[in-house]
This record gives sequence, C-alpha cells and structure tokens, in this order.
Amino acid sequence: MTAVPEAQEMVDPVPGAAAPHLPAQPELVQLLTPEGERVEHPEYALDVTDDELRALYRDLALVRRWDVEATALQRQGELGIWASLLGQEAAQIGAGRALGDDDMAFPTYREHGVAWTRGVDPLQVISLFRGNDLGGWDPLATKFNLYTVVIGAQCLHATGYAMGIQRDTADAAAIAFLGDGATSQGEVNEAMIWAATFDAPVVFFCQNNQYAISVPIERQSKVPLFRRAAGFGFPGVRVDGNDVLAVLAVTRAALARAREGSGPTFIEAFTYRMGAHTTSDDPTRYRLADELEEWKLRDPIARLKAHLSRSGKAGPEFFAAVDAEGDELAKHIRSGTLDMPDPAPTEMFDHVYAEQTDEIAAQRAAFLAYQEGFEK
Amino acid sequence: MADLRQFKLPDVGEGLTEGEILQWLVAVGDVVVTNQPLCEVETAKAAVELPSPYAGTVVELLHEPGTTVDVGAPIITIDLGGDGPAAAPAPADDTPAAGLIGGPAPGGRTSVLVGYGPKNTEAVRRPRRSGAAVADRATAPQVLPEADYGSGTERPPLLATAPDATTKPVRHGGLEIGRAAEQHAGYTTAASAQAVAPGRRAPRPLAKPPVRKYAKDAGVDLATVTGTGPGGVITRADVDAVRTGGAAAQPARTPAELAADAGTVVRFPAPEAGTEGREQRIPIKGVRKHTAAAMVSSAFTAPHVTEFLTVDVTRMMALRERLAARPELAGLKVSPLLFVAKALLLAARRHPMVNSSWDEAAQEIVVKDYVNLGIAAATPRGLVVPNIKDAGRLSLAELAGALADLTATARAGKTSPSAMSGGTITITNVGVFGVDTGTPILNPGESAILAFGAVREMPWVHKGRIKVRQVTQLALSFDHRIIDGELGSRFLADIGAVLHDPGVALAL
Repeated sequence: MTAVPEAQEMVDPVPGAAAPHLPAQPELVQLLTPEGERVEHPEYALDVTDDELRALYRDLALVRRWDVEATALQRQGELGIWASLLGQEAAQIGAGRALGDDDMAFPTYREHGVAWTRGVDPLQVISLFRGNDLGGWDPLATKFNLYTVVIGAQCLHATGYAMGIQRDTADAAAIAFLGDGATSQGEVNEAMIWAATFDAPVVFFCQNNQYAISVPIERQSKVPLFRRAAGFGFPGVRVDGNDVLAVLAVTRAALARAREGSGPTFIEAFTYRMGAHTTSDDPTRYRLADELEEWKLRDPIARLKAHLSRSGKAGPEFFAAVDAEGDELAKHIRSGTLDMPDPAPTEMFDHVYAEQTDEIAAQRAAFLAYQEGFEK
Repeated sequence: MADLRQFKLPDVGEGLTEGEILQWLVAVGDVVVTNQPLCEVETAKAAVELPSPYAGTVVELLHEPGTTVDVGAPIITIDLGGDGPAAAPAPADDTPAAGLIGGPAPGGRTSVLVGYGPKNTEAVRRPRRSGAAVADRATAPQVLPEADYGSGTERPPLLATAPDATTKPVRHGGLEIGRAAEQHAGYTTAASAQAVAPGRRAPRPLAKPPVRKYAKDAGVDLATVTGTGPGGVITRADVDAVRTGGAAAQPARTPAELAADAGTVVRFPAPEAGTEGREQRIPIKGVRKHTAAAMVSSAFTAPHVTEFLTVDVTRMMALRERLAARPELAGLKVSPLLFVAKALLLAARRHPMVNSSWDEAAQEIVVKDYVNLGIAAATPRGLVVPNIKDAGRLSLAELAGALADLTATARAGKTSPSAMSGGTITITNVGVFGVDTGTPILNPGESAILAFGAVREMPWVHKGRIKVRQVTQLALSFDHRIIDGELGSRFLADIGAVLHDPGVALAL
C-alpha cells in the first residue's frame, strides 16, 4: 500500500491568519501576551508607569466606544459609510502615543485611534463620513494630516514631508500609516525607494489586518510584509499589533531612529480587522467565523484589562468609570452628529489653497451671486 | 404620554434602494435601548443588524420577515414615552425631525448626502426670485431623543460590530454569484421593461454615454428602444433603427418584431430565448432544507481538511469471501463497507481524539469513549445519516447485522429521529455510485468523516511487478480545529493499513 510518510510539519494554508498562533511567530515583538502577562524583549525595553498603563487602557476603550457608536449611526442612516477600526485599537493607540509633538502623521481613512491621540474631535472625523465636509481639522495644528482615501498615496506625502524635515534640519519625524493591501500599490513602493535613498526621517507603519477588503494577505505577498523592507534597504520589524505596549516601544524606537538621521523603518503591526472593511462590506462572505473567534482571544483591550486587574493596577471602579466615560462620549457623538449643521455652500471655495487665489475668489463670488438669485 | 417614532429603513450600503428583513430580534412590547439590534436586514451588499436609534418600547413591527422593503420606508414604531396606550403614530412623525436624514435640515435643505437614498428624498427646488410665492415649509424642530444605552449587567449588547456567521444566514458564492444574479436580473428586467410590475420603477435603459447623447440629439427616447448589444445595451444602430423607422414616439417593438426587420440582426440575451416552462421551482423544505442547513453550518464553522489514500485491498476482498462462508456470518452481507467500518472503529480506538466534538459554548473539546457510527444513506427523500449506537462494542457479525438493518430502514424512509442524532463519526460510501472519492463535509457536531470509493481492478505495483490488483480510494475530512494534520494522517493510514492487510487488525 501507499504509506503515508512520517508526519512532517504541517504547513498551514493561511500562514498566520487562519491559525495565527502568535507564539509560533518567532519574529513577532511582544511585551504583553494575549493572557495579559508582561514579558520582556531584548531589543525593546519599555518603562511604563501605572498611570500610563491606565491612560492607554482609557484610550483603547474610548476609541472602541466611538467606533461602535459610529457604526450604529451608519446603520441608522446618519452616516454615509464608516470604516471600523475594531480590533486595531492597540496598533493605532500605541503608534499615536509614540509620536512626539513635532512629529507629523499621515493617516489612511481608518486611523480614528491616531486621530484621538492627536486631539482631533471625533465629531470632526464623523462629519467627513456624514458627508458634511472633506475633513475639517487643521492638519498643521494637530500634526495629523487629513484622511487619505487613495490607497497608499499618503506614503508619498509622508516621505516628501520627511525630506522637508531633513532640509529644515528639524528634530522631528513623519509617520505614514498604511494597510497590508497598500503594500501592493506603486505609490507605496516608490515612497519607500525615495525614503531609503534619501535616508528620510519617516516611519512606514503598516497595520496588517490580514485582508485587503476581501483578499487575504497570502494572496498578495509571498513573504511576510516586514521582510520587504530589506529589499528597499532599511529595517523591517513585525510587532504584535494587538499589544499596545509592544507597538508603543517599537514605534518609539523607529521614530527615534528617524530623528537621529538613520533613515526609515517599516513596522508591520500584525493585527486583525474584527469588523467589516467598511459598513458596505459583509466579511461573512469571504472569511470563516472560526478565524474571528481565534482573534477574539487576542483582543487588544481584553489583554490590557487582564494585566491591569491581575497586577492590581486597576480595579472595578476604574473600569466602570471608563465605561461611563465611554457612554458620555457616545452621547456626545450621537447628539453632535444629529445636530450637525450643513456646511455653508461657500466653504468649498475657502480651503482649496493655503492662500486664496483670484480665480477661486471669482468663482466664489459668481456662486454667491447665483445663490442670491433664489428666494430664501 | 406616548411619543411615537418610526425608524425608516436606511441605506446601509452606498446607493442601495431596498433591503429584505430577514428576522426581527425584538417583539412588540419589548423595551429597547439605543443601539440595541432590532432586526437583520439583507441588502444586495451585506446582511447586517440594524441598531435602534431610540430608547423606548416597541409598539409595532411594520413588516413580516422575508419582506423586501424600500429604503426610506418605516419598519418599526417605538414609543419613547413608555407609558400611555399605544396609538397609531402621530402624523407629525411622518416628517422626520429637523436634522434627521430625509427631513429638512436646519438650513431648510433636504439632505441627500447620507442616509436614505435619493429615491425617497426629493430635493426641494426653491423658486427663482421671479417665481411664484414660496410654500411655507414647516421646519419646527422636534426635540431630539436622548440616547439611553442601558446600564450595568442588564445592559444588552449594543451592536455586533463584528459579524457573527453563526447567527447570520451565510449566503454561498459571495460576490461573483451575486454579480451574475444581478446581471441576469438586468437582462430580464431590460427585456420586459414593458411589463414592469406596478409600483416598481422601470430601470433606466442601458446605453453608453455617447449613444445617450446621440439618441437625445436625434430625439429618440431610449425607453422606446430595444437594446441588442451585450447584456441588452442599446447601441447606436438600435437608435438608428428606431429613428429611420420613424418610431421615436412609438412604444418599443418586441424583439420578434425587430427581428422581422429586414437586415436587422437582433441578438437576445440568453434568458430571452424562453425560460418559460423550462425552469422548475422547488420549494426548499423538508430533508433538503435540513441538509442545506446542516451543510452550511458545518462548512462554515469547522475548518475542513481532506486527505486521500489509495489502498490495494485485494487481500481484504479475498478474506471477505472466506469470512462470508463462516457459520457466524451466515445469512449476513459481508460487504466491503463492513470492513471499512471495522477498520475505522479499530483506528478510532487507537486515536480517540478523532471521535470528538467541539463545544463552542463551553469552550471544551468533548472526546467520546463510545462510537456512534454514522452511515450516510441516499434515500428517496434525500440524504439521511443514521448511526449505529456504540458500534465499537459490536462483533463483526453484529456490526454486519446493524449495517443491514440501518440501510434497509433508511431506504424504506423509516429512519427515526433518534437514529439520526448522537452520531460521533461518519462513513459515506460514495463507491456504490461508481465514483472514486470525494471531499465529504462533516456531519455537524462531528470531527471526522470518511469517504469510501469504488473498488476497481487497477494496474498496481505489487512485489516489484505491475499486477492487476483491486484498489480503492479513501478520503478523510476532519475538523482542523481539533485534529492536526499529523493525527488525521495517522488515523487515515491506520484505516488503510487494516484494509490493505486485515491481519494488521490483530496488532491494533
């Protein structure tokens, strides 16, 4: 008969995704296990006070509450669309809290957690998804660029900005956020080539949430994404994206490296999009419920909560207070959304250029005159 | 005092016009909090839960499950007051509160950017200054209801932002099939534009922009043109055909009439060739419905892996003849299936983990010390999987008798529900249909299923020479959550070893 050879190592058909047993990811930087146990990493030490730990938990919980409320508002017909960050809170909060005041962030359209750390009012983000404006916050004041929907384009913006930092000899860095799908885009690869060539002070922060909408990562890349950095000529690191402490430590190190003139770093935050790509998407059509259940065990918030509880750094009163604060935030978002006034029609002319041009001013005047042609 | 509000079906995708209510998650009289899921709705894009925008008491569910509802139509009435008799919704509720989508925005303009699709929100055109008097638009703002998310441990789940396939009907095929269906629907509606049901908007005729302009310039109404391009798209030639025929104002001619036009080649989309009477619609019920539910549940909860093994069973077939002559087995059918069942039982005793089930609720794997051996049986009513209770304890003769009883009962359509429940592992004997093997789907609640293919005479290398041997194929599907590749392989290899050389059974 045909003998089955001695069982060899079984290669999982979906590396890291369908059965992402994190301990089996040898190159993954982790400081907090899914069970909430604090572990050390030889290259990434992190001193973090108890207050800072609690503040990180608060960030994670409030950002999730915001996300849940926004998803509900979309389902109630109040937002045109919403891109949920569910499951990616730690990657975003960890990266956002690593930024210095002068560092500039270039987000995609899902970086609500980073927006939160930069002090952008959730309602300003919501108004974009409600269709009231095209992004209403001041990118220079918040050091948080407007959301970029064109996949990967912000990597070029960040690289250009970083080259500007270089020419200003400023003590700052830029960080470009991107998803796993964006790594297949030309712009992203061009940005990395430029950044490497010029040693630009930029960090490419890739949240590998395992899916480019419906396409799983193994159909896009033959190698783990962080290894691609070697081909461009700068370091790549894979970090447990559901571990806010590890993300904080790895991003801080990459930003410090950029600021001191050593060039770019590619960070692959290995995480999972627990919700749909956007509210227009139905992930049950392309992935198994079983996979989601696997990732629920690595929930980024649950593990920090477990750590805080077990080490006695926070008790039930603290968690109840954060929950209550979350409900207040949700009410603020809900009432603020329903009360949101329509923008003045002339607003579209006001922020096209940093300084108003004659051409746009003339268009604005003509439009106003046209509006005046109607009865009130 | 009762304060009744209606929740209208929103556009939960981008540009959707309708959705089907799959099921209600609340009932009349229920007290709901803000964001508590009210119902599941399936649209062309996704099946989603709709969370309540209000906190209050459910007064009325306005549509039965299974109903397709237009975006913008009210689906539920909720009383915010909480006391007082439930009355019909106040007329004022027909106008959404200022600032709500579909209602006048504080600026007096109807918002169409988000929420309900354009179908239900007509933009209000203000007259030019020289025009007639302006109708006074009531824009008295209603007080926005306060959000109430509930509190404490009683608090219900606010919204399942992570979809849960176990509570949602999983639709097979996904986007591609969906698109094909849409395209098909496009064909049929385009072809029968004249026969659109009342109340349904006629679809916009399909034509490329240059052709639209060409038709407009020529004064031809595209609704009167029958498209002959791919998918029923109207071409320049179609417009010309109508124009030269002087038929611009006439209703569209039937394809047959067009075909009759000399020199006009009319190509129809396939369904136009006449599906009338050539399609049969069978209600999904009974065994078919049960089978479908079981298959979907199994395929989308247990990650399946299937392994294959080709076995030379010549010795087993010879042994079968010798055993059949023994008095213990007199009158019993000593089939190849009996040997496969016995081999599986021996191998399962050696690898008990394959005889287990996944208990999601308890977060435990249940390993069973007994084997209720399921046998997939084709019956006049469809597939049933009765099982032989505690088959591991039966002698070969008892097993043969049980197999014969089971198949006879199943074929007579008399299998009892108890015989079909409690199975722990299953064999599907696809070989009886003359096929070699398959990739079976697990019987729900079980972790392994073995497909047994046809036994054929094949050229086979036997003792260094090519000989004609009796060969069969085995396929084992298993639940990869519980069974690793190593265990599955060893289990299958053990079954194969017994079938290849039944003497091995003495060692197991």
